[in-house]
Amino acid sequence: MAIGKEQVLTSVEQRQPLLQLDRLCKSFGAMRANEDVSISIYPGEIHAILGENGAGKSTLMKMIYGVLAPSSGRIVWQGEEVTVQSPAVARSLGIGMVFQHFSLFETLTVAENISLSVPESAAALSPRIAEFGQRFGLPVDPLALVHSLSVGQRQRVELIRCLLQKPRLIIMDEPTSVLPPSGIPPLFETLRTLADEGCAILFISHKLDEIRSLCQRATIMRAGKVVGAVDPTRETNETLARMMIGRELPHPTRVPAKPGETPAMEIRNLTSVPTDPFGVVLNDVDLTLRPGEILGVAGVSGNGQKELASILSGETTLPRAERERILIDGVACGHMNAGQRRALGLAFVPEERNGRGAIPEMNLVQNTLLTAHANGLVRRGFINRKEARTLADRCIADMDVRCQGAYAEARSLSGGNLQKFIVGREIMLKPKVLIVAQPTWGVDVGAAAAIRQELIRLRDDGVALLVVSDELEELFEVADRMQVIFRGRLSPSLTRAEASTATIGSYMTGGFLDRPADSEAEAA
Amino acid sequence: MAWFTFLISGTLLAATPLLIAALGEVIVEKSGVLNLSIEGMMSVGAVVAFIVVLYSGSHWLALVAGGMAALALSVIFAFVVLLALGNQVVSGLAVGLFGIGVAGLVGKPYENMTVAPMQRIDVPLLSDIPVLGPGLFHHPLPVYLAPLLAVLLWWMLKYSKVGLVLRAVGESPESANAVGYNVVGVRFLAIIFGGFLAGVAGAFICIASSTLWADGMIAGRGWIVIALVMFAMWRVERVIIGAYLFGAASIGELLVQSAGISVPSQLMTSIPYIVTIVAVSILSMDGKRVRLNAPVSLGRVYLGTH
Repeated sequence: MAIGKEQVLTSVEQRQPLLQLDRLCKSFGAMRANEDVSISIYPGEIHAILGENGAGKSTLMKMIYGVLAPSSGRIVWQGEEVTVQSPAVARSLGIGMVFQHFSLFETLTVAENISLSVPESAAALSPRIAEFGQRFGLPVDPLALVHSLSVGQRQRVELIRCLLQKPRLIIMDEPTSVLPPSGIPPLFETLRTLADEGCAILFISHKLDEIRSLCQRATIMRAGKVVGAVDPTRETNETLARMMIGRELPHPTRVPAKPGETPAMEIRNLTSVPTDPFGVVLNDVDLTLRPGEILGVAGVSGNGQKELASILSGETTLPRAERERILIDGVACGHMNAGQRRALGLAFVPEERNGRGAIPEMNLVQNTLLTAHANGLVRRGFINRKEARTLADRCIADMDVRCQGAYAEARSLSGGNLQKFIVGREIMLKPKVLIVAQPTWGVDVGAAAAIRQELIRLRDDGVALLVVSDELEELFEVADRMQVIFRGRLSPSLTRAEASTATIGSYMTGGFLDRPADSEAEAA
Repeated sequence: MAWFTFLISGTLLAATPLLIAALGEVIVEKSGVLNLSIEGMMSVGAVVAFIVVLYSGSHWLALVAGGMAALALSVIFAFVVLLALGNQVVSGLAVGLFGIGVAGLVGKPYENMTVAPMQRIDVPLLSDIPVLGPGLFHHPLPVYLAPLLAVLLWWMLKYSKVGLVLRAVGESPESANAVGYNVVGVRFLAIIFGGFLAGVAGAFICIASSTLWADGMIAGRGWIVIALVMFAMWRVERVIIGAYLFGAASIGELLVQSAGISVPSQLMTSIPYIVTIVAVSILSMDGKRVRLNAPVSLGRVYLGTH
């Protein structure tokens, strides 16, 4: 193993490392999340940690930031061995972190949020927040309530909060996953400015292009171990991917879609105000889904994707008078609940696996029963256990779900495997319409490719699919047509030929509206 | 006009313990912990205060002792929900029942004894106003201190750093931990503060408004306090209004009886509870308001970073 030994010698490495990880290990029970991880970070460098989901990147960062305690190994900060018991200790050392899932308080203002991390009061901070915004290109209103901000703006708040503590090292966990394409260059500009001022940045990502354009060094992790340290600017996506997943990057194969004529599902002029005051109002949504095609819904997260999925699946129902606004196979079903819509041939894979897609405490057989009970698994009110078991086993085999058998609890599966199971379960229902929200969130590249291929296969069998995803690359891979959601409005449909990154990017910031919406483009 | 004086005076006296205990509960719930053991904590506060007055004669000492006794009980509750990670509803009910039981046991020898009431103070000049004067300005000091405390806590929650941290912990303990706050520590302090105030409230009932100890004398006020906090949507300014409203409702019963109107007394006694049920149901229907004001993590077990 080539760990610890610096393979790439550039000028920065003559200096003392800012942070040195020495044979860090972390186990959760029998599972070894990190094994003998050794990495050195130098001042002023942007260092990528590259790896699939589940490779142990997050565990490693949590140990550096004091959220988790290492099982063994040393953390050396500026030449001295340290024990980071808590995030507070990490911050006092000069380590800041911008989380993938933000740690902001929605009911507080920007200034109040930031004042929780620094000694000053919210009032005293407002001018400094503005000043930092100016200096690093991170404009944000200090008095705005966080729940009213876009995801991009929230990330800026996180970053400003981090910067106000004058960190020597900033850890950024998948920072671009919440940004529209137009928001990424400004963020990178900010990060380069920071690095020029001597701050080290640990940039965690699985997006190869970004790492190659931003980082000087990359440490690649696989299955909890460091498998290489490279200069990403000298690598190609293929070579990086091979190191990251240990084999060639799989690409799905596809033939042109042959959609049927009669729509499988339709939404007509739907306007819906969510019950959650922080939710997004769906505005005049029109959508036609034909059998044998995959419609991709793109957009920056938080623009109404959740609300759309919930209104399609039947978790949110319409008043009876408006039932004609949603049709499945020509049947008006706006007023029907999720169970009734499933009876019409709808299947749904929600974005949260635990709690909505599956019940963590139940085993896979029971989780199969949750949606498949109507398919002959219940007779005279009694569960046919044998049949349910067979079905669960088949799902596990078909989707190559890695688990300890059909009686394993859902929570014992890794995110990717559970997602494969849930997708497989819905596929076995032989739906006419399948709605999938974020099919490969937190799923490793190999499993993601398998899931995408399965979606395409389903399309070829004549199923109508609607895929909601934050990841553009994914939609470019699977979708036959794309529509973009922005502030609860759906853009016109784009064919594969029309859907360039530029067009979609402009649609993601409201470019399809007659009067382009204010400020989101520069704001995000 | 005597009935009017009585109405005002009675309302203030009945509302004061509700206000004190509800303020404590607001602080606890703002930190994300649902404390359902208020009834038990008030009972313990009441019986300890009664005994202290009986032997020392000092009402102030009794109020503090009552508060401390309930605080001790709240430490048990805090231990169960914060460290043993017990379900907050079940733990709250259990500790509450335990408190009621202990109070009954300790108070057994003192059943139906009486003590001198807490000294009333006359606010100079104001208490001479006819009708209103004796109603509003002839009361034990805590009646006036409670609204002052409310204003203080309102300011603290809205403007101070302590209040900000408390709200942050209640909204998202995970985030609060991530930015470096000790979630369990903050919640512990909130719980014992709430416990102390519940004890003081119970003590006040026992030694200022009724001056005797009887088993079960808190008579559901602890539950009204919990409803009141929800009714007020966790906002101090509305807790103040709510407390006096409930105070008036509980005194209205006596008024109706004294006016000679024949209504079954059981019906009258249940009025505050009916008001509670109706008010809470109506307010809870407005999901948006609840979502904007409720501490998001309320009632949820915080597992910490294990």
